[in-house]
Amino acid sequence: MTEKDALFEYLLRLGDNALILGHRVSEWCGVAPALEEDIALANTALDLMGQTQMWLGLAGEVEGAGRSADDLAFLRDAWDFRNLLLLERPNGDFGQTMMRQFLFDAFQTLALAGLEASTDQRIADIAAKALKEATYHLERSRVTVIALGDGTEESRARMQAALDAQWPYVGEMFAADAVDAAMVEAGIAPDPAALRPAWDGIVLPALHEATLSVPDSDFAHRGGKDGVRHTEHLGHMLTTMQWLQRAYPGATW
Amino acid sequence: MSSPASEWPLWEVFIRGQHGLSHRHVGSLHAADAEMAILNARDVYTRRNEGVSIWVVEAHRIAASAPDEKGPMYEPSNSKVYRHPTFFDIPDDVGAM
Repeated sequence: MTEKDALFEYLLRLGDNALILGHRVSEWCGVAPALEEDIALANTALDLMGQTQMWLGLAGEVEGAGRSADDLAFLRDAWDFRNLLLLERPNGDFGQTMMRQFLFDAFQTLALAGLEASTDQRIADIAAKALKEATYHLERSRVTVIALGDGTEESRARMQAALDAQWPYVGEMFAADAVDAAMVEAGIAPDPAALRPAWDGIVLPALHEATLSVPDSDFAHRGGKDGVRHTEHLGHMLTTMQWLQRAYPGATW
Repeated sequence: MSSPASEWPLWEVFIRGQHGLSHRHVGSLHAADAEMAILNARDVYTRRNEGVSIWVVEAHRIAASAPDEKGPMYEPSNSKVYRHPTFFDIPDDVGAM
């Protein structure tokens, strides 16, 4: 794998994480439990779409095959996606959505802070812009997880179930592979494995404050960021997300 | 843990558009607590870069004058023109005030 291939692959991971989570969050538009949450989730989804455009735009540029961000988003099939498995899982209830958001936001702020120091100025610039958004997302998801965890009997039970269901998908965020190693080597990106202690420092105190028990397991599903084994949910999501471009190729407005 | 309320309390939102101006009432929203009210206000009322500072206050904390007291409250000042600072000659050099 050349450095260019590794960089393209890495940018797809960044872009696909934002795209897939952004689409999932957008599914709440109009049906969130309260008007205020509806607007907040739509804002979050829009932030993620903006980040997607930048990351996938740069990915297309690096690839040099003339593919735009839209081409990458709408004309690839499930096995070409490089997002974390955690992010393609269905939204579940509001608590599960916010738990997923929190677990990812904590990781994403740390990753973006590392990317701000990238030797690739284009990446550093995108990271600087995205970090401000991610920092806000984290504040919001953290407060919500704590409020619902330390809430009523029902909200606490739902948040514990959300944490138990998503915990096996946490490990993939920190699992470094050859692509990550090439990025670290080139000074382009931080080593994801090295972000774990700081992530624990954000997440564990919040879960404690939320009166939730952290599952006693470090089992981790793999296969999203390298595209080897996506869950069955991704394909279903893409049929909705890509429908328009598939049905009316090249449609614009 | 407390027993669940049927709905979140109502908060009034005040936003300062820029430094040097005062906070203005922009509307209201529902939130579970003050922290969430500020986050909600950020998302509902500052999406288009409207603010540099947000205040929220629970609506029931605001004491308001009663509309049916408007006679005794406000009308006595109608006949007291001398309270308006219109009896001073302002030198031309001062310009527009």
